[in-house]
Amino acid sequence: MTFLARHRIILPVVSLAVLLAATFYMQPRAMSYFGLNLLFNLAVPIALATIAQMMIIMVNDIDLSLGAFVSLAACVTATFLNDAPMLGLLILLALVLSYAVLGAVIHALELPAIVVTLGMSFVWGGIALFILPSPGGAAPGWLRTLMTVKPPFAPMAVVAAVIIAAVTHLLIMRSGIGTVLRGVGGNARSVARAGWSVIRLKALAYGLAGLFGVLAGMALVGLATSADANIALRYTLLSIAGVILGGGEFTGGKVSPTGAVIGAFTLTLAASFLSFMRLSPDWQIGAQGAILILVLTARLIFRQKGSEA
Amino acid sequence: MNDHERAPLVSLTDAARHFGPVRALDGVTLSVAPGDCVGLVGHNGAGKSTLVNLVNGGLAPSSGTVGFATGGSALEAGVRSVFQELSLCPNLTVAENLRISHSALKGPNWRRPAREEIGQSLDTIFPGHGIDPNAEVDTLSIAERQMVEIAIGFAPRGSEARLVILDEPTSSLDAGIADQLLAHVKRFCASGGAVIFISHMMGEVFQVATRIVVLKDGKVVAERPTEDFTRQGLVDAMGHVTADTAETTGTARDFGKEVVRTDQGLTARKGEIVGLSGLAGHGQAAALARLYLSRSSAWRAGKAPEVVFVAGDRQRDGVLPLWSILRNISVSILPQGARRGLVDREGEARVAQDWKTRIGIRTDDVANPILSLSGGNQQKVLFARALASSAPVVIMDDPMRGVDVGTKQDVYAMIRAEAARGRTFLWYSTETEEVCQCDRVFVFRNHEISAELTGAEITEEKILEASFEMQEAS
Repeated sequence: MTFLARHRIILPVVSLAVLLAATFYMQPRAMSYFGLNLLFNLAVPIALATIAQMMIIMVNDIDLSLGAFVSLAACVTATFLNDAPMLGLLILLALVLSYAVLGAVIHALELPAIVVTLGMSFVWGGIALFILPSPGGAAPGWLRTLMTVKPPFAPMAVVAAVIIAAVTHLLIMRSGIGTVLRGVGGNARSVARAGWSVIRLKALAYGLAGLFGVLAGMALVGLATSADANIALRYTLLSIAGVILGGGEFTGGKVSPTGAVIGAFTLTLAASFLSFMRLSPDWQIGAQGAILILVLTARLIFRQKGSEA
Repeated sequence: MNDHERAPLVSLTDAARHFGPVRALDGVTLSVAPGDCVGLVGHNGAGKSTLVNLVNGGLAPSSGTVGFATGGSALEAGVRSVFQELSLCPNLTVAENLRISHSALKGPNWRRPAREEIGQSLDTIFPGHGIDPNAEVDTLSIAERQMVEIAIGFAPRGSEARLVILDEPTSSLDAGIADQLLAHVKRFCASGGAVIFISHMMGEVFQVATRIVVLKDGKVVAERPTEDFTRQGLVDAMGHVTADTAETTGTARDFGKEVVRTDQGLTARKGEIVGLSGLAGHGQAAALARLYLSRSSAWRAGKAPEVVFVAGDRQRDGVLPLWSILRNISVSILPQGARRGLVDREGEARVAQDWKTRIGIRTDDVANPILSLSGGNQQKVLFARALASSAPVVIMDDPMRGVDVGTKQDVYAMIRAEAARGRTFLWYSTETEEVCQCDRVFVFRNHEISAELTGAEITEEKILEASFEMQEAS
């Protein structure tokens, strides 16, 4: 085993550092408290959504409804949570619970998660459109304050990233239950043999995904001040890319919360970087894909070298 | 020891387990008390794994009872099992794998006690193991993983291991480490623990077991203290009592030139039926798959394939479940009948109709969906698919799984007829009766050929002898 294969966090860190250095080179003014906050502001909800996706990928499933779900959470936040906080909170709680139920159903009926979540994405999208037929709503004042807070030394986005990474690292990598959850992805049969109820564990993983999805929607409204039923549709693919970019694997329960947060930040930065390069917006999505392919290729090469050694 | 301590940890009374019409375990009475080391032996499908799953609580008996000392579950009674196929989570570290089966590890700093516990267990069983409790399991070698799994089985895990089931624990360990394990098993039993030891290495069984239980066809056929068994007696007990040599068709036919030869030493001549035997999972299927892949191209299907494959796992790599019987048969011969890339519908129907009558597929219309057939008839379709092609070599990976006796006889006859016409068959089977149909048999053990038997040598006894390691575990 090589050093890189053993410490899978290194490649995401290096990717982010290289991209950051290139951005600062192109646009030195970004190297400031204000500049960093502008660069990474919108990365916070994406990081939360990536963590949510990671919970699902951790148990060997994939969630294609996450973008629609985050949009729905955003719509609820901008309407109910603002107008009637108690009712809004209850709705958000119900959303988290419904995710847990979804996980249990997927496991109990042995349904492919990719199909179920694809179907659910239309359900979430429909409800969101029902709540907020046209863009609008308003962010609750406290949420707005929270997302625009100016902590000393480092901008909000960076502080939030550190907090998200630390909390999820403790939860998934260090705690006992997190270890068992990762075990479900690694070898569900042996976890079941040890006397655990896999259906409850899956419900827990999905419930956590629902929780972080809701948090992502709230964070997004706090930044954007209003919501729209389609506000976060691209989060589905961004979150999957973020997990993989951060050193996670599609199967086998190999995930890294810190890596996922870094992956989300890398993706956000890649978009800004391309703007600084004065690339026409028509090409940006393609170029973003190219960056993704580049990083994944690098990882594959390092892995192959590692297995040869 | 007083009476209470000698009370059995687990006792099975007339326990049976059926899977549909298959009687995997057919009324077994067995009890294991502290200090016992039970050697469990038997051939493929004798019911060993079903018995293990009843004892560890993985399965409930269809009839009869399974009782534990504490009256509670297998887990509470301290029954642990170490399985042959590795059941660790490869993405977790050694210590984290202990946490999976040790829910008493709690608190913010559970890692330190976990590391200590697994380290201690490894040190006791395998002194000088050199395994880091912080290493991720997928960075360990197969042998190291097996050692970790055994160590987790014997680790206290909050209570105490009282009965440990070891299913082929030494299959991937080298001799020195295996000896450490055997020594530990003896120590463990001497201090009041119990072990059920399953192994194909006769030497090991004789070395550790205090009592040997022989299973055959889901029944206990012999249960005696180890001293009362001889090696030969044990093999005889495992085999069929009725020495049926009714149909070995000793007519030594003349075979053509050699058409198959692999690095492993597997050979076959034109017109020959070659059997692959030995205990399940000892490399037979892998050998056949390698042979097939080396003779066929992944890129283009030729007009005249060299080899065809009959899959044993119908659901996984056999039937195309959405297609009709006709399509399922003709898929192997489409390139031959095709004209300018278009399927010759009439030819296709002719071939399907032809094989329906020749092989006796029980359906009124070959356009019916394949899933309307019973398992045995689905398998016949797969045979038809293979035999309809012009390939001179047919590879069969345990094709008779779940096929009824009548169908089996039909297929045997079919295979003999095709072999007489110059086709070569390579046939892996877990059932000795089928292997006895072959002209020549290779017995596999530990992914190597351990014996080659021909003609009158092909008897169940000889095959058993070659499948089990007879030498002393040195």
